[in-house]
Amino acid sequence: MRTSERLPGHPDFLWATADPKSSYDVVVVGGGGHGLATAYYLAANHGITNVAVIEKGWLAGGNMARNTTIIRSNYLWDESAGIYEHSLGLWEGLEEELDCEILFSQRGVMNVAHSLGDVREGRRRVNANQLNGIDAQWLEPDEVGKLAPVLDVTDRPRYPVMGATFQPRGGIAKHDYVAWGYARAAAALGVDIIQDCEVQGFETDGDTVTAVKTSRGRIACGRLALCAAGHSGVLASQLGVRLPVQSHPLQALVSELLDQVLDTVVMSNAVHVYVSQAHKGELVMGAGVDAHLGYGQRGSFHVIEEQMAAAVELFPVFARAHVLRTWAGIVDVTPDASPIVGHLAQWANAYVNCGWGTGGFKATPGIGSVFADTVAHEAPHRLAEPYALDRFVSGRLIDEHGAAAVAH
Amino acid sequence: MSSRLPTGGTRLDRSRPVTISIDGQDVPAFVGDTLASALLGSDVRLVSAGIYSGRPRGVMGVGAEESNAFVQVTSGPGEPMVRATELEVHEGLSVERIAGRGWLPEGIDHTRYDKVWAHCEVLVVGGGEAGVTAALEAAARGVRVVVCDDRPALTDARAGELVSHPDVRVLTRTTVVGAHDHHHLVAVERRTDHLGDDAPPDVARRRLWHVKAAEVVLATGTQERPLVFPDNDRPGVMLAGAAATYVRRYGVLPGHRGVVWVAHDDGLADAVALADAGVELLVVADVRTTVTPALADALAERGVPLVLGAEVVGTDGDDDGFLYRVHLRGPDGVVVHDVDLLAVSGGLNPAVQLWSQAGGKLAWSTEAAGFVPAAPPPDAAYPLSVVGSALTGATGAVTAPATFFCGDVDDADAARVYLDPQRDATLADVRHAHLAGLTSVEHVKRFTTIGTASDQGRGFGVLTVGVLAQVLGRPVTEVGTTTYRPPYTPLPFGLLAGRDRGALSDPVRVTAMHDRHLAAGVPLEDVGQWKRPWYFPQRGESMHDAVLRECRAVREDVGMMDASTLGKIVCHGADVGEMLDRVYTGLMSSLKVGKVRYGVMCSPDGMVADDGTVARLSDDEWLLTTTTGNAASVLDTLEEWQQTEWPDLDARFTSVTEQWAVVALAGPRSRDVLAGLAPDLDVSAEGFAFMEWRDATVAGLPVRVMRISFSGELAYELHVPAAWGGALWDAVASAGGVTPYGTETMHVLRAEKGYPIVGQDTDGTVTPVDLGMAWAISPKKVREGRDFVGARSLVRDESNRPDRRHLVGLVPVDGSTAIAEGSQLVDAGADLAAVPVPMHGHVTSAYASVALGTPFALALLDGGRDRLGEELDAVDLRVPVRVRVTEPVPYDPEGERRDG
Ligand SMILES: Cc1cc2nc3c(=O)[nH]c(=O)nc-3n(C[C@H](O)[C@H](O)[C@H](O)COP(=O)(O)OP(=O)(O)OC[C@H]3O[C@@H](n4cnc5c(N)ncnc54)[C@H](O)[C@@H]3O)c2cc1C
Repeated sequence: MRTSERLPGHPDFLWATADPKSSYDVVVVGGGGHGLATAYYLAANHGITNVAVIEKGWLAGGNMARNTTIIRSNYLWDESAGIYEHSLGLWEGLEEELDCEILFSQRGVMNVAHSLGDVREGRRRVNANQLNGIDAQWLEPDEVGKLAPVLDVTDRPRYPVMGATFQPRGGIAKHDYVAWGYARAAAALGVDIIQDCEVQGFETDGDTVTAVKTSRGRIACGRLALCAAGHSGVLASQLGVRLPVQSHPLQALVSELLDQVLDTVVMSNAVHVYVSQAHKGELVMGAGVDAHLGYGQRGSFHVIEEQMAAAVELFPVFARAHVLRTWAGIVDVTPDASPIVGHLAQWANAYVNCGWGTGGFKATPGIGSVFADTVAHEAPHRLAEPYALDRFVSGRLIDEHGAAAVAH
Repeated sequence: MSSRLPTGGTRLDRSRPVTISIDGQDVPAFVGDTLASALLGSDVRLVSAGIYSGRPRGVMGVGAEESNAFVQVTSGPGEPMVRATELEVHEGLSVERIAGRGWLPEGIDHTRYDKVWAHCEVLVVGGGEAGVTAALEAAARGVRVVVCDDRPALTDARAGELVSHPDVRVLTRTTVVGAHDHHHLVAVERRTDHLGDDAPPDVARRRLWHVKAAEVVLATGTQERPLVFPDNDRPGVMLAGAAATYVRRYGVLPGHRGVVWVAHDDGLADAVALADAGVELLVVADVRTTVTPALADALAERGVPLVLGAEVVGTDGDDDGFLYRVHLRGPDGVVVHDVDLLAVSGGLNPAVQLWSQAGGKLAWSTEAAGFVPAAPPPDAAYPLSVVGSALTGATGAVTAPATFFCGDVDDADAARVYLDPQRDATLADVRHAHLAGLTSVEHVKRFTTIGTASDQGRGFGVLTVGVLAQVLGRPVTEVGTTTYRPPYTPLPFGLLAGRDRGALSDPVRVTAMHDRHLAAGVPLEDVGQWKRPWYFPQRGESMHDAVLRECRAVREDVGMMDASTLGKIVCHGADVGEMLDRVYTGLMSSLKVGKVRYGVMCSPDGMVADDGTVARLSDDEWLLTTTTGNAASVLDTLEEWQQTEWPDLDARFTSVTEQWAVVALAGPRSRDVLAGLAPDLDVSAEGFAFMEWRDATVAGLPVRVMRISFSGELAYELHVPAAWGGALWDAVASAGGVTPYGTETMHVLRAEKGYPIVGQDTDGTVTPVDLGMAWAISPKKVREGRDFVGARSLVRDESNRPDRRHLVGLVPVDGSTAIAEGSQLVDAGADLAAVPVPMHGHVTSAYASVALGTPFALALLDGGRDRLGEELDAVDLRVPVRVRVTEPVPYDPEGERRDG
């Protein structure tokens, strides 16, 4: 019987759970990837170490623990290319920076076209990427078949493959390792990582947020940085700000461990499924959001069924694989499918980072550094500027779904 | 040596021997065996191996709790990672051993999987004693009952009574795998897996049941939990209850010389059963210091020594790594026993997975020594109750941490205390997680991978919680479990896909004329779910030539196309006009009966969402057409606005897309053709003007004729009830010299006129003004401050910046090089290597044009309307084409041809 290679191990020590102090220079709400990365870069890049990351549950147990870890930067618009490419650059040095394994694997991300319209939009995006200096290729069906032999590129499927965009530098990483790596590095620099502590309200004075009220008492804050992903709307509303975000369940699933059949990440927006075969051999798959709104972290079963039908249609060999586990996260979706980063409306010392919806894992290092810079300098970082909340008033939207319908 | 007993085995049909094979070795079995019982019955103890360690692994359990014995099925369609304890044998079954990782056989799996929807008042999960009792009670109330049980048959004496009840449906070999919101449970019925080649061809292999139940009763029983010690993974180490079950169900002796080590009374009863079956029990050890006297007496009667306060501290393996010796520490020190079986039982975990999936809370119960259902789901939409042993766990269990783990294990040994054998994860990993600072059970699960394998922690999960509690020095209650997630047991992708494969994976929509197109052999284009004729090649003709010919025909003569896929929505009600004024940018309420108007819809951000025509059929009946792709979403939009924002408006919407077939007739000669087909219709320019409709008899058929044009030529749309679509197509086709054309020609013709296609020339970032269609926004509505969807957004500064992207035309400067759709527009001569290269827009549509005598394109270009005549490079895959910016309406800008 053939045995498998063990994955690289974990560091001997990750982080020590801290009890809240009475006050911090910066309170980061939300201990997901974005909150942890923000705290790390505040300490590492800006020397701000009197920082708390406050997490209501177990650290990085929200979307950070639930996402399908696709990393790429081949977005359409210049603004998006800016932030995601910045992020991809950081991913490429992250194991060294954090001094721990994150299983970052640049196996390429393919986005498959099934109609003349898909081809047109795919080509448009590839062209934009290339002119922005982002590695992007257009693949004809036979080239798709070479990179992903189990993908049926014949004309048998209901919607045959007509080509694909491909970003060789894209790939996957191990989400938990990333979160823990940031937590470890941040804690080592003096950041307090506080778990099982829910922010339930705020104290304010004039245009300043003076403290967060938590399930473990009052914590005064010099500056407030919200990184609460699916719950951002709830927190902002406690400060009287109605964010233009809607929270949807987004589901994913894994199979059992299987011999390697797929060496790259394949996404198909048209037939709603995407898949990678993770390091241990399990197929990791997802689809689009559940249509309903809610905070329940529970999705509808038919969404899984439809996704499996799409998967089996494109990858006939998958028919015999098994779904081992399904789950859902809660993703915060904005009207233009681009994030919100910057000052939280009228509050002088409060900043918000949210709206990453179905695709913010790949942004973790990028937004961590950009948001930390924004909070540290009390002014938006160059790459954050386009993502200010007031674009929903001005109308200067960065619409990423209409153009390329790219989700993850 | 065979371990098959000469008699016994409640599930066996000894009259039907079969032969199966593992790694090519034949193994005799009986119908009714599982792979696990057949292997044990033939003393085949090696079933799998540790994924990393390669250590030999055997059968530990007897059901869904099995975490070791997974194999690759190679007979039939093949299947990876199948649990040997639930795989029923049949003649010809063949399997291969695997080390924690399966493989996907090549080729398409043609197995048929079905889905069934069922409704009932009461769903009982589990057909044991408690389940049958609950089902009979419900049946007596006269309500519909569904009972699901994962075994081949119910064994309760009352099963016959239950099955004969008219309102009761009993599903055996059926596992309930999911408890979802809204009374929705999902189950899998294995219908022919156990039949092999004898499976009737007309019966689906498995069925996925969607059960909607008013009330759910969980009679799911328990799952046995092991005890752990160094080298606890050897073949020969089994669960005590499972060992006794192999005797009872399958007439198989799980071993010949054994030691039993338990922590509760049920385990002692299993020891008695093993002794009675003929296993030579050297000793029975119990963690506890006191046990129920009757059980102690029963063992004494059989001459089996019982040691209390004892624990297994290790095992030795033979050359193959199989269990060979047990080191048992009792009050008198460590004694070594030569054995081939070590049967252990740490307790019985209530099977609470479905309860937990439904959102129910769990609490640690010291009496049950397990997690039991506590608070029901917070906003339980349906009554969910638990009955039977799923509530109580094991009898007489100890409550001390010793239940889970005994003695000190040094770090070297800890690496051989397996807490998830399939993942080769051990006590050492848990200790490492703790030292690394982790305290949450969720973190430890992720750190160690314990509980992530095919059994999803059913085997060792609760035990691991206990171990973790010990390591952390905290009570089990505080540590808690991880969340149980669906599915309860693994589900094949193919089963979930069901029949939604191939042509059925998404409905194929065809028009009423489709058989004509097939007969003509035309290439089809997928447009959403529709199959549409792409072009109509003549013998040997290329697409390029066909499209040029079709274009020429429409421009110079007359052509016809199947336009049936246009979305069509009929609106009724006194307030339809008002409703349409609010969803279109234009003014619709003023439209007169008999007239047609073009309309644009925006989304709230002011961006173009769809376009089409509005015809007023009578005072309170209107017909909208939409783009093919947006038919459903426009209907949704109308319903959403009306239902959520304007319920006061009297307006109702009905999709009639499929009910009407449409033939578009276009070209300078279309009037003559129509006149010939409809002698009674006044087709004169005055009698039937552009943007009007008439009911007429065309070729003897009742047709609604609309004079509208998507080609810029004189044109008509002929709408006929779908049943006559084919007849109308034939009639027009035989009217003489009418050239059929497809979607490609349609695109060229409309592009030559600068008519944008929503979704191609727009992408959700384009306003009507950007398209040069400011005229489509009603000045009257704006003047009067009347609101419509997108109105506010359209007046923002951002929407009126002069450098917004405008729709323009492009022609190649050399007059001949084709421009590629999707090209990005950069400064003429820009150095493409000097990234980032500033981009000013992109090409949305591009074609060859006979009418213009040159390739041309439509593009969205920053400030485009102010850049006419400017030269740019259109870059596709790094290749630039020099282009000149033109008006977006290259052909007949005055519209004389269309309106004449
Ligand atoms: C199924 C799924 C698949 C995905 N796939 C991908 C993918 O392939 N690629 C990709 O790039 N992105 C993907 N995403 C999106 C990505 O996971 C998210 O955009 C990203 O994780 C969000 O940032 P985060 O890690 O900080 O969020 P989270 O991990 O959700 O962190 C937010 C944290 O805030 C905490 N919190 C909330 N309210 C409070 C409060 N009141 N007090 C204290 N703490 C609070 C939450 O508990 C949570 O831990 C996916 C998401 C899901 C759900």
